[in-house]
Amino acid sequence: MNILRIIEQLSEVDADVLGRFDSRRAVFKGLGNTAKKGALAAAPVFVASLFSKAYGQTAAPSILEVLNYALTLELLEEDFYKQMTAAGKVPAGAPAGAIALILKHETAHVKLLSDTIRSLNGTPRTGIKFKTSAFPADYDTQLVVAQALEDTGVRAYKGQAGNLMSNSALLQVALQIHSVEARHAAHIRTMRGQTPWIPASASSLPAPLGPVYTGSTSPREDNIIQSGVNITTQLGTPYTANDAAASFDEVLTMAEVTDASRAGGLIA
Amino acid sequence: MSNITQNASDEAEFAKPLYTPIKRRSFFMYAGATAGATALLLSGCDDDDNTNVTPASGTVSLGSGDVGVLNYAYALEQLEAAFYAQVKATPAADFSATEKDYFNQVAAHEAIHRDFFKAAINRDAPGKIIPTLGAADLNFGSIDFTKRASVLATAKTFEDLGVAAYNGAGKYLKNPAYLVIAGQIVSVEARHAAYVRDLISNGSFADDSIIDPVTGLDKAMEPVAVIAAAQPFIKVKLDASQVGK
Repeated sequence: MNILRIIEQLSEVDADVLGRFDSRRAVFKGLGNTAKKGALAAAPVFVASLFSKAYGQTAAPSILEVLNYALTLELLEEDFYKQMTAAGKVPAGAPAGAIALILKHETAHVKLLSDTIRSLNGTPRTGIKFKTSAFPADYDTQLVVAQALEDTGVRAYKGQAGNLMSNSALLQVALQIHSVEARHAAHIRTMRGQTPWIPASASSLPAPLGPVYTGSTSPREDNIIQSGVNITTQLGTPYTANDAAASFDEVLTMAEVTDASRAGGLIA
Repeated sequence: MSNITQNASDEAEFAKPLYTPIKRRSFFMYAGATAGATALLLSGCDDDDNTNVTPASGTVSLGSGDVGVLNYAYALEQLEAAFYAQVKATPAADFSATEKDYFNQVAAHEAIHRDFFKAAINRDAPGKIIPTLGAADLNFGSIDFTKRASVLATAKTFEDLGVAAYNGAGKYLKNPAYLVIAGQIVSVEARHAAYVRDLISNGSFADDSIIDPVTGLDKAMEPVAVIAAAQPFIKVKLDASQVGK
């Protein structure tokens, strides 16, 4: 481990790297103390904390904020599926069975998140309803909204994983909800005759659903570059843009999801 | 003319961008500086002599820490990719045209995941990658690739296992950029799982056999348990005991 080399590499991309630390002196004083303790193994941890201190987002949401954000989306989904069931347009049989199963999961997620928030001495959000004026009268458009909500939910949970890293148990629960939303999304998409995964050609859904598959700060769903690697050209074997896009789902930030152009605009 | 030049240097072009500062730069822009800094920690570690891969008597250690998690994912993606490559090469006689098309797409997704992890591990942790799991290292003897039902049953096993594996491994990642990547992949695995389950029985995409009906949670499994479940399909013994530690 060569910290000077790391800082040098970092300076390639960030000219202000040293300015981000408390002060140069503090950096090396801290390093010296670590070395004195003979805890060579602890050096990576020290360096990691150094960088996260220097670069850490000051406005990262708290765990309770993340949980209430997730709860808001679950309440929105739950109310939507309740309205969908009450509207009586879902054909009996497999379609009604699928919607009932999905509703059951959203209700379970609402309870789980609410209980978790209370156990952390927080106050769970309540009373989130799907905007009645945005609720479609016909079954086909109801499914379009369901797809928008599920694919948005997948992106939303994914976008918060990093904010739950400090709590392993909650991070795992969020991931366990996240993959359920993805299963829901796949099934709804299949009900609509679409691929279960999101191809490069997926575009925005009709108003008022907005740009479900785009991003203002996050990558669009047709993104083919992951971790700096162009999936279509830099993996040794060429892949199509469609397969490259579909093989990775993308995140959305809290601000994007709650914007009026996306899920935020569907809340009553 | 430029095409000829490009073709001549294709092989170098594939590898080169993974190591150049330019790509590190774009990685930063994408992942955010905190994540990038952690990735650099890994790349700054190649002077160290702590070896993550210690094959001994036919056992491959997946390694420890974040690299261990990446190798763990790489092993599972290699298994899935090899399975779907065979599905694509010898499609079941009773597959519909749409099913054939969709499984070709799934095969591409899994091959991409495999190749992506290989590139990422070689870039961020040179020398720490596990060996390639070739055809001779895998055991698909229990699968009848000519029969749709056999292929679907195996696909369901692999996809549900993959989802549970990523769900259980996320907490072991220290680098938030890797966690996001894992999240980007696991939801695609969940889409595959839902698709395969619906082919077996429409409506089983998230039924009570896989999603807890009370909590609404998908499964999450620890690396050692996942590898134990996958081991019948892999001849070489994988040791996941240090993954994420």
